[in-house]
Amino acid sequence: MKNCEYQQIDLRALRTSTTRTSTNKNSQRVRRKWEVFPGKNRFCCDGRIMLARQCGVLPLTIVLIFITSGLFFRFDCPFLVHQLTVFIPVIGGVLFLFVVITLLQTSFTDPGILPRALPDEAADIEKQIDNSGSSTYRPPPRTKEILINNQVVKLKYCSTCKMFRPPRTSHCSLCDNCVAIDWHQMTWKVAHKSNERFDHHCPWVGNCVGKRNYRFFYAFIVSLSFLTSFIFGCVITHLTLRSQSVNGIIQAIKESPASVVEVVICFFSIWSILGLSGFHTYLVASNLTTNEDIKGSWSSKRGEESGNPYTYNNIFTNCCVVLCGPMQPSLIDRRGFLPPDDTPPIVTSDTELPHFMAKNDTNMCTQSTKELLESVAHSAMIQSTCTPGTPKTTPVTQESLLSTVSITVSPSSKSPPTGCSGRQARRPIDVPCSQRGSKQAALLTHKTMLRVSSPPYSLGHSPIILSDAPNMGFIPLN
Amino acid sequence: MAETHSLQDLRQAAVASKVFVQRDYTSGTICKFQTKFPAELESRIDKQQFEETIQTLNNLYAEAEKLGGRSYLEGCLACLTAYTIFLCMETHYEKVLKKIAKYIQEQNEKIYAPLGLLLTDPIERGLRVVSFLHHAALSVP
Repeated sequence: MKNCEYQQIDLRALRTSTTRTSTNKNSQRVRRKWEVFPGKNRFCCDGRIMLARQCGVLPLTIVLIFITSGLFFRFDCPFLVHQLTVFIPVIGGVLFLFVVITLLQTSFTDPGILPRALPDEAADIEKQIDNSGSSTYRPPPRTKEILINNQVVKLKYCSTCKMFRPPRTSHCSLCDNCVAIDWHQMTWKVAHKSNERFDHHCPWVGNCVGKRNYRFFYAFIVSLSFLTSFIFGCVITHLTLRSQSVNGIIQAIKESPASVVEVVICFFSIWSILGLSGFHTYLVASNLTTNEDIKGSWSSKRGEESGNPYTYNNIFTNCCVVLCGPMQPSLIDRRGFLPPDDTPPIVTSDTELPHFMAKNDTNMCTQSTKELLESVAHSAMIQSTCTPGTPKTTPVTQESLLSTVSITVSPSSKSPPTGCSGRQARRPIDVPCSQRGSKQAALLTHKTMLRVSSPPYSLGHSPIILSDAPNMGFIPLN
Repeated sequence: MAETHSLQDLRQAAVASKVFVQRDYTSGTICKFQTKFPAELESRIDKQQFEETIQTLNNLYAEAEKLGGRSYLEGCLACLTAYTIFLCMETHYEKVLKKIAKYIQEQNEKIYAPLGLLLTDPIERGLRVVSFLHHAALSVP
């Protein structure tokens, strides 16, 4: 074993060296957070646009809208401009643009996805609710009761996202994310007695409809119903006028066959679209009237908040709130940069190491540390099952591991940590563990080091972590 | 496969402890954090200071989510332009979030850093928790 010297680590130097490393694009590429997003979403344009993995029939929706509008502008408008007024294609054009823009916004906007709990947070939650010590089996689904406006509400624990789902949040199985939905969407859920498995995933727009993009969705269906009604009306007018001039509807249809196609499409669309927009208008507007019903019927059942702070005794105002209220920014920071976590260990003989390590273990060598990391990584890879589609048992070990981290308290602080150093401390546990098996390797290595550095620290209850070999240092591998 | 983390990072994490302040849902789903003083911070900060910080944060979030003339105007304008105005303009909510970030930074610099604590912006956690990170000093310059 080689002997290495240890020096005091200077946080500022560490920070600058890390910054230097992160800006050095030759050694590694700095990644954005969308690249490691755990949900089933697709990202385009470097994270600016997000889609659900299952587009549903969004292409069909777009094609139908374009075909119908295209036929309308090409075949019906010239006649109608000639016969009636030039405003017809203008209105049609405005409506068409509105529909397309709101559709794209509905599909590409984050519906209100709640980011998954990071490992340390999940560990903290686990620690609070599960005091049974080590457990390698999947814990049963948990609920937490809280008081909202003097009503008892049960919050369910989402095992995928590792957090207690806030009120008015449901987990979309198609997108594999917890999505915040709005009050009236929740109203519909209750009114239809759907359970928590109700999906707000709309296949026509290929995305979940949540709190953030509900206004786009509502604007889309309202404008689409106007557009289809407008086209339908114009086409009927066109055929009527033409049949008057050519004495017969059959002749008119022969002259303008495209109109029939449009009529058919619009006819079938109108039923569904008008019905849908009428229904959603009812949902939005009826918040206030069903409040009392809900209060009465829910107090005996599940109990959901009945006081909507945005309730006004005015349907118009209530609609305004949905469409014009404040819009929460996306909680998943798609384009933020990931902390450079695939940096090779900067531990070299002239690198400064933490002070406390110098106290305990002077025989440690950087070379063997690297080898240890590698060996642990290999062993971790074999048992690594920390990926999104795998059973939830494995992360429990990791969380228990991190709960050890979170309760380890150092004796005293000499110099104040700056913001950047705090961020560095967070780095290894900031990235969700469902990314790569190599994260597990790092955490397992972490575990090894905790074992080593035991004396000055009071490791609280962590029976699962500490091994039976307290005097085991780093495994000499050379 | 040893490219995972630098040794210093892991060791730094080993001496860090985190305290999480959860959301307070008693007034509904508005963004509000519990002002209950967590036991783990008893030895580190003043209870009043903690409450003041959390209360200020709550007030700022309430301001962001407030329905008033300004947010309505913004919303109506956005609706009329098919919400494309959001591409050019920053919403009121985002402006308040920036204010919150600045406030947190100020608090960290003035009050919490000298005590060895770091307050994290809840937006980084999806507005779920406010976390206090206690980071042991690793060196004396």
